[in-house]
Amino acid sequence: MINIWEVEETNKMIEQENLDVRTITLGISLLDCIDSDLGQLNKNIYEKITSTAKNLVAVGEEIEKEYCIPIVNKRISVTPIALVGGAACKCSEDFVTIAKTLDRAAKRVGVNFLGGYTALVSKGMTKSDELLIRSIPQALTETDVVCSSVNVGSTKTGIDMDAVRLMGEMISETAKVSEKKSLNGCAKLVVFCNAPDDNPFMAGAFHGVTEEDAIINVGVSGPGVMRRALTAVRGESFGVLCETIKKTAFKITRVGQLVAQEASKRLGIPFGIIDLSLAPTPAIGDSVADVLQEIGLEYAGAPGTTAALALLNDQVKKGGVMASSYVGGLSGAFIPVSEDQGMINAAQAGALSIEKLEAMTCVCSVGLDMIAIPGDTKPATIAGIIADEMAIGMINQKTTAARLIPCPGKTVGDMVEFGGLLGYAPVMAVNPFSCDTFVNRSGRIPAPIHSFKN
Amino acid sequence: MENQNSKTIITVLGHDTVGIIAKVCTYLADNGINVLDISQTIVSGYFNMMMIVDMAGAKVPFSECAAALDEIGAQIGVAIKCQKEEIFERMHRI
Repeated sequence: MINIWEVEETNKMIEQENLDVRTITLGISLLDCIDSDLGQLNKNIYEKITSTAKNLVAVGEEIEKEYCIPIVNKRISVTPIALVGGAACKCSEDFVTIAKTLDRAAKRVGVNFLGGYTALVSKGMTKSDELLIRSIPQALTETDVVCSSVNVGSTKTGIDMDAVRLMGEMISETAKVSEKKSLNGCAKLVVFCNAPDDNPFMAGAFHGVTEEDAIINVGVSGPGVMRRALTAVRGESFGVLCETIKKTAFKITRVGQLVAQEASKRLGIPFGIIDLSLAPTPAIGDSVADVLQEIGLEYAGAPGTTAALALLNDQVKKGGVMASSYVGGLSGAFIPVSEDQGMINAAQAGALSIEKLEAMTCVCSVGLDMIAIPGDTKPATIAGIIADEMAIGMINQKTTAARLIPCPGKTVGDMVEFGGLLGYAPVMAVNPFSCDTFVNRSGRIPAPIHSFKN
Repeated sequence: MENQNSKTIITVLGHDTVGIIAKVCTYLADNGINVLDISQTIVSGYFNMMMIVDMAGAKVPFSECAAALDEIGAQIGVAIKCQKEEIFERMHRI
C-alpha cells in the first residue's frame, strides 16, 4: 500500500518543483477533408477538428482535478496542410484561408496552439509546398494559435537547400510583417531535419501521414524535479548521478503515461506515444540549464556543457523508456533559450553563444530553439545557420530544428519579450561573415553515405 | 474483488487544531466513503495526514467530494487534497 512519504514526495514534486504534464496533443488526420473546392475544404476541416476535439479540453481538466496534476497545455496537431490544401489552393492567399480556419477551429475547442501548417520538403518542393511556404509570413501574422513547421531535410534524402534558402527569406519576412503584432510570428515557426510524425510539442507538432485518423500524444516535463533530485547527490560519482537521473525520469514519465492512458480512454481515441522530454518553462526552478548547473557547471555554456547535456539526455531516455512501452516524438532534453530562465541568465552572462548551442544540439533532442537574433540579420545568413543545424541532424540520424527569431530594430544584448510560456530572451550575436555564395547555390545536399542501408 | 480504481488518497496539511480528523471523517461517513487506512505525522506544529479511502460506495461523484473537502479545509484552515491513488501507484511501484 502507498505510504505517507510516497504521497508527500509526489505532491512536493507537483507543488514545489513544477512537475506537470506539459501537453496532451490530439493528432487529427485531415486527409479525408480534401476537396478541390476551397470553401468546401475549409468547411470540412472546421467540422473535423471541432467534432474530433470537442471534449479535449474538458477531459484534460477533469484529469487534472482527479490527480491534482497540472496539464499545462491541450493542443491539436493536424496533417501537413501542404498535402491537405494541394488540390484546392491555387495561390498563397488560398492557403492563408486554411490557416484562418485552423485558428477558428482551435479557438472554438479551446486549445492554446494548433500545429500542422506544415510542408514536408526534405527532397524537393511541389507547387503546393512552395505556395504554403510562401504563405507562412501572412498566415502566422493573421492567426493567433496556428503553428507552422517545414521539414527541409532527412538522413534518407539529404537537405533541400532550395527550401533552406526560401526558409531564410520567409523567417526574415515573417519577423517583418508580424512586427506590429504582440507576438513575433517566428516564435510559431520551426524548420526541421528528420521531423517526427508524432511530436506533441509546439511549434513543430504535426500529425504525420503514417498515423491513424486520430491519436493522443503526451509530452511530459520535469526539469525542476530533476534538479531537486540532483541536489541530493552533489559530489557523488557519475554512476550515482546517472542512477538518480534515470529514477527521476522514470517517475516523471509514469505520470505522463497515466495521463495519456486516461485521456485516451475518456476521449475514445487511441494512445500514440509519450514524449519523455525535459521541457523547461520560464518559471524559476523549471529549467534545464539549472539541471546542467546542478551537474557541476557554473553556467550552461561553460566547457563541459556538451558532455553534461549528453549524459543528461541519455539517462532521461534510459529511465523514461521503462515507464512507457510507446515512446516517441522528440524525447530528450530541450534547450530553448527564451523559455528557460537558466539559459537566459547564461546568455546574459556571456556564457552561451549560438555556436555553443549548436554544439549542444548534437547531443540533445532538438535544436536551436527560441533564439532571438538581430533584426538586420540577412536571410542568407539565417539560411546558413539553418543549413548547419540540418546537417547535424542529417549526419547524426536525429531530429534537429531551428526556431530563430529575428527581432526588428533590436541589436545584440537587447531584451525581447515573447510572453507566457514563450518567455523572453536577450538578442544573441550572429557570426558576421558571409555565407551568401554557399547558400545561393541551387539544388540539394545529397543523402549521406550511411543512409544507404538497404 | 477490490475495485482498484475507487481508491482515493486524501491528504490534509496545515496547523494542528482540534477536530480535523473528526470533521473529515464525518463528511466521509455521511457520504458513504469508507476509510481503509489513516497515517499522520506532526512536524514542527504542522499536521500532515494521509487517508486511503474507498469511494466504491460513495453517494457523491469524485469532483463533488473533492470540492466539499476543499471547502471543509478552508473552514478549519488546512489544505485538503483529494487524488485518485493511481498517480502514486504509477510513480512509486513498478
